[in-house]
Amino acid sequence: MSTSTPTAAFAAARADAERRERRLRMRRRLPLLPGLVFLIVVTQIPFVVTIFISFMKWNLMKPKDVRFGTLKNYTTVLADPRMRAAILNTVVMVVGSVGIALIIGTGLALLLNRKFPGRGIVRTLLITPFLIMPVAASLMWRHLIYNPVYGLLNGTLNAIGKLFGLTAPQPEWVSSAPMVAVIIALVWTWTPFMMLITLAGLQSQTLDIVEAAKVDGAGTFQTFRYITLPHLRRYLELAIVLGIIYLLNTYDQVFTITAGGPGTATTNLPYEIYLTAFRKYDYGEAAAAGVLVVILSTIVATFGLRLLTSLADTTQPAKTKKEGKK
Amino acid sequence: MSATTADKAIRTTRRAARRHRGEGGPLGVVAWLAALVFITPIAWMILTGFHHEVDAATNPPSLFAQLTLENYQRVIKSNILPYLLNSLMAAGFSTILVIVLALPMAYATAVKPIANPRGLLQWVLSTKFLPLIAALVPVYITFKQLGLLDNIFALVIFYTGLNLPIAVWMCHSFLSDIPADIMAAAEVDGASLFTILRSIVLPISLPGIAATSLICFIFAWNEFLFALNLTATKASTAPIFLVGFITSEGLFMAQLSAAAIIVSLPVVIAGWVAQDKLVQGLSLGAVK
Amino acid sequence: MKRIIPVTALALAAAVALSACSGANTNTPSTGTTATSTSSGAAAGTEINVLMVGNPQMNDLTTLTEANFTAKTGIKVNYTVLPENELRDKVAQDVATQAGQYDVATIGAYEASVWTANDWLTDLQPYATKDTTFDVGDILPAMSGILSKDGDMYAIPFYGESAFTMYRKDLFDQWGITMPTNPTWQQIADIAAQIKTKDSTITPICLRGLPGWGENMAVLGSMISAFGGGFFTSDYKPLLTSDGTKAAVQFYVDLVTKYGEAGASQSGFTECLNTFSQGKAAMWFDATSAATTLESSNSTVAGKVGYADAPKDKLRSGWVWAWAWAVPKTTKHMDAAWQFVSWASSKEYEQLALDKVGRVPDGKRASTFDLPKYKTATAAYSDIMLAAIEASDPNNCQAQASPGPGCQYLGIPEFADLGAKIGQEMSAAITGQETADQACEKSQALAQAVASAQ
Repeated sequence: MSTSTPTAAFAAARADAERRERRLRMRRRLPLLPGLVFLIVVTQIPFVVTIFISFMKWNLMKPKDVRFGTLKNYTTVLADPRMRAAILNTVVMVVGSVGIALIIGTGLALLLNRKFPGRGIVRTLLITPFLIMPVAASLMWRHLIYNPVYGLLNGTLNAIGKLFGLTAPQPEWVSSAPMVAVIIALVWTWTPFMMLITLAGLQSQTLDIVEAAKVDGAGTFQTFRYITLPHLRRYLELAIVLGIIYLLNTYDQVFTITAGGPGTATTNLPYEIYLTAFRKYDYGEAAAAGVLVVILSTIVATFGLRLLTSLADTTQPAKTKKEGKK
Repeated sequence: MSATTADKAIRTTRRAARRHRGEGGPLGVVAWLAALVFITPIAWMILTGFHHEVDAATNPPSLFAQLTLENYQRVIKSNILPYLLNSLMAAGFSTILVIVLALPMAYATAVKPIANPRGLLQWVLSTKFLPLIAALVPVYITFKQLGLLDNIFALVIFYTGLNLPIAVWMCHSFLSDIPADIMAAAEVDGASLFTILRSIVLPISLPGIAATSLICFIFAWNEFLFALNLTATKASTAPIFLVGFITSEGLFMAQLSAAAIIVSLPVVIAGWVAQDKLVQGLSLGAVK
Repeated sequence: MKRIIPVTALALAAAVALSACSGANTNTPSTGTTATSTSSGAAAGTEINVLMVGNPQMNDLTTLTEANFTAKTGIKVNYTVLPENELRDKVAQDVATQAGQYDVATIGAYEASVWTANDWLTDLQPYATKDTTFDVGDILPAMSGILSKDGDMYAIPFYGESAFTMYRKDLFDQWGITMPTNPTWQQIADIAAQIKTKDSTITPICLRGLPGWGENMAVLGSMISAFGGGFFTSDYKPLLTSDGTKAAVQFYVDLVTKYGEAGASQSGFTECLNTFSQGKAAMWFDATSAATTLESSNSTVAGKVGYADAPKDKLRSGWVWAWAWAVPKTTKHMDAAWQFVSWASSKEYEQLALDKVGRVPDGKRASTFDLPKYKTATAAYSDIMLAAIEASDPNNCQAQASPGPGCQYLGIPEFADLGAKIGQEMSAAITGQETADQACEKSQALAQAVASAQ
């Protein structure tokens, strides 16, 4: 039959197939449309407006002197040593919090993956910090826990001291170790999140392999190192990426616990931008700082994207096969 | 004779298995200690809420000071309901909208994938790299021009944009769990798209949808900065209500603690109830 | 398709931004000229939005409004309560972008001077003068002084304060120490040293150290004026490394590190209030509004506190502050707004609050200090408080003329940012991260940046 088919008909059939293919592709794209349009409108419009404002001289306190067309915002921001301090603080804050939360979270997940009396209660208690409103949690840390005069930390030290008839030291937690204070509050909130992701990873691990390793005489550590950890890798990477995304925007804790101080010790990028927009009332400069941060995080994200790529890869085994066929 | 040996063998393996999973022991104690460390600040906050203002900030802490319901009562009486309703609406509607938008998107990346789902997923997540705070002024101005300031739907739209990327990833992960052969079989049987969605996709993805909803709801309920800036008197949400208890003149610790507990409670309870779903759902894209 | 979206977005965004910028540029003609139509009843049935800080006096107001204001005038009042910082941000944003979400807002004295200069607020003087029951002549000159431009009040004080020295009279008697009626800062330091030898468990003096222009900088700013320093000369020459300023900063840092409270760099007004009202500090220099809490029934030091004037050096440490009602020009309910403001700041309301809650928004009217019930309740401090308010002239607080009004702050737009940053440096100095001189040098550089932008 194929031998008797004229070239024209063959071409028509091919065109038909192509059309069908295209229609299929269109149909596959269709469900994307509403969400995609929404996301572009909601995330890209503010960004474009930000770029626009970044070229404006616009200080709220000088309403008579507003105009478009200046590069001064960028030169000011780039020359500002506070900005460089803020970048460094952001890196320390994010890396510190994500790292510690991930280690503690993984440890807790490993514990929760074992059976022990009251495991359900322990898990319930452990996830609670993640559910508490961050503003509430920050206020709690600042006033109820860290406060050097009447916070729980120094209060407990004092009570223990009194028990032994000693004068307990009363350190000024927030001012002597501001970054640590913020990181502890962040770790407290985000450890449960890390724990949940790792726990999901552990529970998806098939026990047979672990059992087999046991039978082969592997120790607990070896089993963890060579079997559990490789299995967890993707989950840990995911936890890191999400942690970075959310912690880059840390604002509530800094604003409430340290107000960026002392000095600029804990002023991170979001807080610095906030100060520029709402204390200096300089919308133009704040926008320029925002644009620079986007550029910076895009550069960082390009490295991060490799991580993302590996994540997306692992989610698409079927897909890669299909592409392979093509 | 051989049967008993087999029996014994099975029993030992079972015991080994049990030992491997651990039964109490020192590690259970460690877990309990960790849980206590994590919960202590919250417990202290709850207790402080039951103290009188003068006992709330003492050193050493007044653990056994006289208890009172005064603070919790005052918080509940001080017109809290509109704020909670606003939060419920902002978080609730945005969560529904997120799911409605995210599910089809994830369907197009996971179930009947488009040409380059990976690139799309990356782009979607990359929108989360924008520093939110830099968008505050532009978002405010945009909503002002649209006449949407102090309107709960401004928050609904904003929170939807905020949570959509993460929701797409979560939905993508559980939708790719659906075995391709079942789908193919259903198609061969001539099942309509609706039938496939209803009888195959939905049942499998329900726990995932629940987890995604919960995560989005938590983030929306707890958001403070934009709620503060985009609302005024009518659409203010629970976190705004909370900070109203801070005063620069006078003592406020006990009241604030009571208010903090009350506004956190809805999400805490939801999280507790759905924690199993949360574990399943948070495996996100990592789950093949 | 993909290309079109960003372009449309760009156009839309540009349009939005442009209209925003023109919005910020537009100065709608003053509505103050319509001051003639203040007949009550005209505003009945309207709703006004009021933004307030959550101070106790404001909370009292919310509980009294419905039965005593709405019932009479038919005007419904929607309150939003926010902490100081958030409130400033919101009002600034709301007014600057002409969003007009609020009809009335409580603002501090600082905002009154800065925002009036920007022409954001309604001139309330015509309303106040016309309204005979309001009795504008009764407002204390220091209060109208900080809230006025060219003799017109742009905000009506709700309550006002100055600062004074609070000390534990009972302990001073026990130790045989006397507090002079008009102490010098050196005497305060000497007394602090003496207290330290008498009782090592008590904090000799509590002073704010928490960074913030309205926190540590208020106390330090007042000290800087006293020591003959300042922030700027009237032609914007920075004064942060001048002898007076350096002396004040050194004195403050020494006093706080030697005799101050634990955790000074994290202690603001609230922390000192807690410390002092629990009997853990012997002296405290701060706002007069603290006295209400100190003398209240649940304070452990009620009746034990002595009050003296603000300490002095070359000059007296002046301090004037008010929480005041401002009506943004963007309001659409001017008459209702004035009815509310004039009621909340009236003599009638003071009497009502005194009878119903026992706490008065005081310090703004001379007549308040003659109310018999008020006099007995505040016998311990009200005379000294009134004297302190009258002794502080916000337009003449520094040794040399400065570019804006203010005693413990400087009423120029840049001060909120500058003061916050200097506050952080000073806070770093009391934790020992840098010396007082280094903090001054860094602050000078910050101030120089502001000066060169002028």
